[in-house]
Amino acid sequence: MKATEEKVILDKKGISKTIARMCEQIVRRNKTRYGLKDLAIVGIRTRGAYIAQRIVNILKRKYKTAVPIGILDITLYRDDLTTVSAQPVVRSTEIPFDLMDKRVVLVDDVLYTGRTVRAAMDELVDFGRPRNIQLAVLVDRGWREFPIQADYTGVSISTTQSEIVEVRLRESDGRDEVVVRRR
Amino acid sequence: MGRKLLRFKRKDLLGIEELSREEIELILNTARGFKEVSVRPIKKVPALRGKTVVNLFYEPSTRTRISFELAAKRLSADVINVSTSTSSVVKGESLVDTARNIQAMEVDAVVIRHSSEGAPMLLSRVLKASVINAGDGSHEHPTQALLDMFTIMERKKKIEGLNVAIIGDILHSRVARSNIWGLTKMGARVKIAGPPTLIPPMVQDLRVQVFYRPEEALIDADVVMCLRIQLERQTSNFFPSLHEYVKVFCITPERIKLAREDCLIMHPGPINRGIEISNEVADGARSVILEQVTNGIAVRMAVLYLLLTQR
Repeated sequence: MKATEEKVILDKKGISKTIARMCEQIVRRNKTRYGLKDLAIVGIRTRGAYIAQRIVNILKRKYKTAVPIGILDITLYRDDLTTVSAQPVVRSTEIPFDLMDKRVVLVDDVLYTGRTVRAAMDELVDFGRPRNIQLAVLVDRGWREFPIQADYTGVSISTTQSEIVEVRLRESDGRDEVVVRRR
Repeated sequence: MGRKLLRFKRKDLLGIEELSREEIELILNTARGFKEVSVRPIKKVPALRGKTVVNLFYEPSTRTRISFELAAKRLSADVINVSTSTSSVVKGESLVDTARNIQAMEVDAVVIRHSSEGAPMLLSRVLKASVINAGDGSHEHPTQALLDMFTIMERKKKIEGLNVAIIGDILHSRVARSNIWGLTKMGARVKIAGPPTLIPPMVQDLRVQVFYRPEEALIDADVVMCLRIQLERQTSNFFPSLHEYVKVFCITPERIKLAREDCLIMHPGPINRGIEISNEVADGARSVILEQVTNGIAVRMAVLYLLLTQR
């Protein structure tokens, strides 16, 4: 791959199909005889939060279920706060419901080292004691540094560490696509 | 608005005078993210785990010391409070010696309040640790001005173009000085009013309008900041009697009618009720005095975070 070249992994249609399939899997796994009782979706800022919102919209439209949504800003739980060179911008976390006994689906755009997910789980349990935490990611690119795996994976791709996986979403980037490019 | 700043590069926070508008905006924006931490079921995040903050207070304080202590603790830093009445200061140890000894114990930040102007700057030159000015004499009280600006921003959604009246003892007030620097940098129109003896000389150089009667400063004000009459700093008689001060300067419901209907009433505390502000105004619907206290923790968390997470 040349330095400027980008390989498209998912286009607009691909992203919407993938998220729809993940919703189906979430519903299948969490359906009880009382419906999707106690389910909650929590997105990790920035793009995980947008994907979480799309999941909640689909659950409402297609499965007629209103599911509470939360947003996590994991900055203050990062393990590299004092070693990272650029100071991360702190934004607010919004968990507007009680986490006690909820089945929480944590949502992020890319699963890489697993460190973000570790931070997110630490932050979540400071808000309450969920029944369980499940993980949904749009892209799993490998190279885990922690023993963490996703319950719902949009696409799995093999990458080298010099590559960057970029998820672009309408809400933040004006269009929907997932690309791999050189650093 | 200028370019958005993404990181803070200073070792210390000594005053608002030295800050750029972009730096002030960075602190205020960062504080927004921290406000929510204090209403979580577990009011603590691990951001400053393993950092040590020393509160070195050479002057009495409740609000500011508790606020800094809570801010540091909610970020998981360890906090030591040194009150000078029970420390080696009473044995005659100098400020610099005290600081060097604290440094020898590997602390990361020193929050200092001192009656002498410039004490924080002196410390900052001696110490590797970050120094935060929590009020130095009549000079500056930067975190108070930051929390005041945060409160205005939260309520009014902007600072630029607002009319802000600061009323009372301007001469002795570090809060007024820091706020004048900050508010003018942020584009507010600042009017100050007080007895001529309590208006510092050369104040017109600070781009503020000066009045000697509160009524003139209050007209069309969006924000009214009342200052405490600092009886402990009155070395000579600045006004004939407290009774006369109350008669001419106390912010009463009658006087506040001159300000805009949706104006904010602010006071840095502690309040001398019935002297610089009447009970009705201090406890009225437009008062944001207790919000200022709440916001103080978020602003101090932001300052500690920005100073202590730099590489």
